[in-house]
Amino acid sequence: MLNILGKRYFFFGLSLLLILPGMLILLFSGIPLAIDFTGGSFLDLKFSDSTVPQPAQVITLLNGLGLTDVQVSSTTDNTLIIRTTFLNEEKRSEVLNTLKDQIDPDLVVQRFDSVGPTIGAEVAQRAALAVGLAALGVVLYIFFAFRGVAHSLRYGICAILAELHDVLVIISIIAIGAKFFGWQVDSLFLTALLTIIGFSVQDTIVVFDRIRENSNIYKKLDFETLVNHSIVQTLMRSINTQLMTSEFLLLSLVLIGGVTLREFSFILLIGLLMGTYSSIFIAAPILVVWENKEWKYWFRGKRQTTT
Amino acid sequence: MNQRLINLIIIFIILGLSIWIIIPDNPGIKIGDFERNLDTILGLDLQGGLQVLLETDLPEDSNFDPQSLMDAKLILENRSNALGVSEVLFQVAGNNRIVGEFPGLTNTEEVIKVLKQTGQLEFVDFGDVILEPGTKINTDIGLDKTETTPVETTSGGESQPAEDKIWPTVMTGNHIKSVGVTTNEFGQFIIQFELDDEGAGIFKEYTTNNVGKILAIVLDKMVISTPRIEDAITDGSGIITGNFTYDSANSLAVQLRYGSLPIPLKVAESRVIGPTLGQDSLQKSLLAGVIGLIIVALFMIVYYRVPGIVAVFSIIIYGLVTFALFKFIPVTMTLPAIAGFLLSTGGALDANILIIERLKEELRSGKSVKNSVFLGWKRAWPSIRDSNAATIITSAILFWFASAYGASIVKGFAVTLAIGVIISLLSATLVSRTFLGIVMDWIKPSDVDKMVGL
Repeated sequence: MLNILGKRYFFFGLSLLLILPGMLILLFSGIPLAIDFTGGSFLDLKFSDSTVPQPAQVITLLNGLGLTDVQVSSTTDNTLIIRTTFLNEEKRSEVLNTLKDQIDPDLVVQRFDSVGPTIGAEVAQRAALAVGLAALGVVLYIFFAFRGVAHSLRYGICAILAELHDVLVIISIIAIGAKFFGWQVDSLFLTALLTIIGFSVQDTIVVFDRIRENSNIYKKLDFETLVNHSIVQTLMRSINTQLMTSEFLLLSLVLIGGVTLREFSFILLIGLLMGTYSSIFIAAPILVVWENKEWKYWFRGKRQTTT
Repeated sequence: MNQRLINLIIIFIILGLSIWIIIPDNPGIKIGDFERNLDTILGLDLQGGLQVLLETDLPEDSNFDPQSLMDAKLILENRSNALGVSEVLFQVAGNNRIVGEFPGLTNTEEVIKVLKQTGQLEFVDFGDVILEPGTKINTDIGLDKTETTPVETTSGGESQPAEDKIWPTVMTGNHIKSVGVTTNEFGQFIIQFELDDEGAGIFKEYTTNNVGKILAIVLDKMVISTPRIEDAITDGSGIITGNFTYDSANSLAVQLRYGSLPIPLKVAESRVIGPTLGQDSLQKSLLAGVIGLIIVALFMIVYYRVPGIVAVFSIIIYGLVTFALFKFIPVTMTLPAIAGFLLSTGGALDANILIIERLKEELRSGKSVKNSVFLGWKRAWPSIRDSNAATIITSAILFWFASAYGASIVKGFAVTLAIGVIISLLSATLVSRTFLGIVMDWIKPSDVDKMVGL
């Protein structure tokens, strides 16, 4: 039979390899947060054909209005993106009027967002707190639902560890995307993260359920073999559910969906893949590590492996 | 078999109802006071528009009556009527914020100006003239007082002033001390008000000298009612009658009570979501979603054969019922809401896959078809139940938390996820199980291997 658990440290290493680069980027250069979280103004203007100004021209103009922290970038289709600090109502109309007077009376405001400095951060903090509470709820539920097997609390904790793993991988992917492709973390990211967390736990419980069932059937079997057996039994289901829910649906969104959703779908795609991956290669193996108390051997050079 | 028949009937009743709700030119539901027009409500991120977040402008540790935030919301709703868009939505978010959403609008300045307008009540001397409620008029207030908001910007322009005549204002609403809603002897809703001493004096003098004349009640230069002075009013109290429902009487009373907002609000956030983000994205993504779903269905059928067809059928029913519920409740469809729906669809698929994989396992171990269908379900159920229960717990906590603190992204996600998961559980227990049982009964034992794809 396929021995997945035997290679568990290989998969732990693989996950570390996925997580570390992003964490390093995070540590040294940070992730650029969109104004959803930092506060500020975001202005997306479309000019008529002949009037598109140079970014420098706009910066000078806005500096003249007393705005200091201004970034302007031009994109395709006669569009300029202006980022600056939070503008109150008076400043907003002042900026727009100046641009209309000086450059193009027919310019179209495609987007003008002003976010107060505290709001986004507050929402993010509270969402994080809610997710934390939800995780606690899940641990308690699994503790209750698995009360028939030994150490049922471990199952809950391992499910949450796998969830944490998925979140870390996603943050790492986003850090890499931010570093190399100019991604920004906005509120869509929060949505993707919530989805990934939900899927991760749901998927893990299905694998755990098989361990629960098997441990009542094969009472004599040693734990590692039992867990490996359970993983293999649920493998077809894991692969097929994964294929359907994420690959087919999300891949089409990534490939042909609207541009604004592409990043979002990509993150979701990786995240859901991780949800399945972590059930098999993280959550269940950690159960075994815990059962064998393998950390006792981690620093002694010899690892205890059962066959 | 009997139980199956009952299940079938239940399934088709639910399915029929859902399809009826979903058909695009549905007339809506109206039973007594209960009304639903059953439109799909698209969130701002999908249809474009303006979002304004208002925050109480008070020192951080100051306490205020939570009711005043609700009152402020009511007043804002009234004020935004002047914008002439129908789907304006205000929500109290958390304990110190109000979110306003204005679909299709992009003119931030205009909207904010309208939101900041205060309701000004005037008692106007009409002499013997009676004008229809709703008529726009000019009064001499605002001509000589510069601090009054110019009305032209807020009138919406749908009705022209009845005449160019400038009517003399007797008194403004500033003298109103208290306002309440009550009913008169005919059971109509009326607004009762009391004036402060100065106002009572003005009122007393005017009504004494003008018995039999019309004293119009005018709000924001619009005639509300034109009562005739029957007797001199000397005690400084009066009533406003009009064609009020309880709600309209109440909202007018709230507006009179405060004139301006009960608590100071400032614009903390405003964002215009352009139609580019909305339209382009929505259409392409919908197309992508449909293609994705077709691939999923094809794969299910090719890989799982007959049970796969049952699963696809079950998922379609799940999708129809869930979507019908979204329209019925109604749930605003935003991107996070769709993500929640997508995730629960994944869960519904997973439930079917779990059942089928279990069925195949039982068949492989040599059990009879009938037995395998029964056992396959019985063994798959704990995993379906527990995995979905965890998701329901998660979404319940997210929902509760998001409602308390006003994180609308999280809330939209949690609502659709919870509804989707509950319906997917129902569709697994009711639809998948019933149909799998029926279909597997039809298959000849010799054909089972081929039909199930063992």
